[in-house]
Amino acid sequence: MAELLKVEGLETHFQTREGVIHAVNGVSFNLKEGETLGIVGESGCGKSVSMMSMLRLIPSPPGKVVAGKALFEGNDLLTMNDEQIRNIRGAKISVVFQDPMTSFNPVLTIGDQVAEPYRVHHKAGKKEALDRAVKYLELVGIPNARERLSDYPHQFSGGMRQRAMIAMGLICEPQILIADEPTTALDVTIQAQIIELVKRLRDELGMAIIWITHDLGIIAGLADRVNVMYGGHIIETAPVKDIYKNPQHPYTIGLLGSLPRMDETEYRRLTSIDGLPPILLEKPSYCPFEPRCRYAKERCRKENPGLKQVEGDGHFTACWVNPKTGKEY
Amino acid sequence: MTEKQVLLKVENLYKHFPIKKGIIFSRQTGAVHAVDGISFNIYNGETLGLVGESGCGKSTTGRTILQLYRPTSGSVFFEGDDLAKLKGENLRRKRRDLQMIFQDPYASLNPRMTVGQIIGEPMEIHGTYKGAAQTKRVQDLLQLVGLNGAFANRYPHEFSGGQRQRIGVARALALEPKLIVCDEPISALDVSIQAQVVNLLEDLQSTLGLTYLFIAHDLSMVRHISDRIAVMYLGIIVELADRNELYANPRHPYTQALLSAVPYPDPFVEEKRKRIILEGDVPSPVNPPSGCRFRTRCQYAKEICAEEKPAFREISKDHFVACHFDISGQQSAS
Repeated sequence: MAELLKVEGLETHFQTREGVIHAVNGVSFNLKEGETLGIVGESGCGKSVSMMSMLRLIPSPPGKVVAGKALFEGNDLLTMNDEQIRNIRGAKISVVFQDPMTSFNPVLTIGDQVAEPYRVHHKAGKKEALDRAVKYLELVGIPNARERLSDYPHQFSGGMRQRAMIAMGLICEPQILIADEPTTALDVTIQAQIIELVKRLRDELGMAIIWITHDLGIIAGLADRVNVMYGGHIIETAPVKDIYKNPQHPYTIGLLGSLPRMDETEYRRLTSIDGLPPILLEKPSYCPFEPRCRYAKERCRKENPGLKQVEGDGHFTACWVNPKTGKEY
Repeated sequence: MTEKQVLLKVENLYKHFPIKKGIIFSRQTGAVHAVDGISFNIYNGETLGLVGESGCGKSTTGRTILQLYRPTSGSVFFEGDDLAKLKGENLRRKRRDLQMIFQDPYASLNPRMTVGQIIGEPMEIHGTYKGAAQTKRVQDLLQLVGLNGAFANRYPHEFSGGQRQRIGVARALALEPKLIVCDEPISALDVSIQAQVVNLLEDLQSTLGLTYLFIAHDLSMVRHISDRIAVMYLGIIVELADRNELYANPRHPYTQALLSAVPYPDPFVEEKRKRIILEGDVPSPVNPPSGCRFRTRCQYAKEICAEEKPAFREISKDHFVACHFDISGQQSAS
């Protein structure tokens, strides 16, 4: 499969009163056509910020992308002019945001908002755009889509709003759909509806998906590959089965151990990760996970490990220590 | 456990919130049927999990038990007294034994009080510890929940979400209660921090002999922490059973769908799973469906479901289901 997106050395800073927050510290990854990439991490790890940086959706000031490249079809999203990026955003790369309650404009109808990307990018007339909106609202399973075009967002339930949001993301048939925690605000049964929907649409339309989440459960059934982020770095990346079967980074191991599983019959005490995520007032010159890590060695306090390949194809981890042996590699 | 002792008995509890119209002459035009006739026991020393989706009435149940909302009708027996009938001083004294941990660690601590004042306030109100003894007790409590005793002089904004939740736990423990209602105590926290708080709650239960009513929507966490689990849907309990029994053998169609919707952190299992996908949304609790509440989304629904309310019947020992039919659990994952 061909490479669709190639991100290299992305760094984003935020200027705050306390100082410069180094939210993203050198993120590099590739996305292939039709691939589903999961990005997992806790709040503040830089998972959303790195994606929004790539699309130049970071409010500036206070935010600033200070380094890196994001090549989409050979062009750097970070250096192209405003008009060029506008032609890509919403048309070739679109985003579904987390909160279906606040991401719609409450004073515009659902129909107008879902149709808007198509009107803008394809210079389509209102009627044509609304017809297309009906098609996509039906695709995501909104009943009586045509009658509901003139509804306002408050007349939709949370699950329906998220569906409408996905319809809006898909209306221009993008090559990449970025889903930023699209199911976090929803109940599990509605979450299951949305995930089934996205899987079906992915198979029908063949787009690539970047799914940002903190929930390792969702990613297990959805992604082809997973990036685990911590402290503004990707600390482990692997095909989905490898990461669950054979996690290599102490943070990934801790994260999986801290999840209770519904299929376990014996009681097991959860392994918690002590301490707190770091506040990134400087670019970490050592491993950002070191203060919370059980395996930490002298070297971890001095040097920041880069991603390196470990056993298994495409399995990379950023750690000096092999957690299986407790010794350095 | 030897013979189980009932600590709290809820009988036919109803809580309706009136919907009013009119500004000067307000009149009631309807009611939100938040809790619509539920009964269950909580045994001494156990954790009863209460799960359901948003708006199903699980938090209202917790608050109505503690009399933070007064029930529309029904009884809550705690050690022989009906809390729903107690008032004033008598109720206030009972509250010592019944405490609560709230969902949002950011909104449930007063930003203008120090941690010491927050934890000391219940002792102040109930006059259990005063002066130096109180200061000492606050420090002990902070250490008990894994915080430094010297934190008593700090303000809530100086702490992270997980630490704040620990402060909330310390406050709930200040009066040495018997029952703690935990209203989604971990859902606002990050995954790695959730495990810290859950482990803390488990440790406290075994050292202090606490009883929990654990309200949550995260089914895997509820399974982990609870001894028995009650599943709520639209104001009623549809199924109640022992933890392992409920997950291995769910008998209500809603429980089955709910369990099948939970994603597993395991790609090998996820590959083979078939999901029961529920159609549509939860109906409005202002005007709940006749008969069985779940019938509008139920794949097994027949005529009788619209006509008659299903009884909450015991289908095997300690396993209660509110369904007209005997739908044996074919859980997709296991």
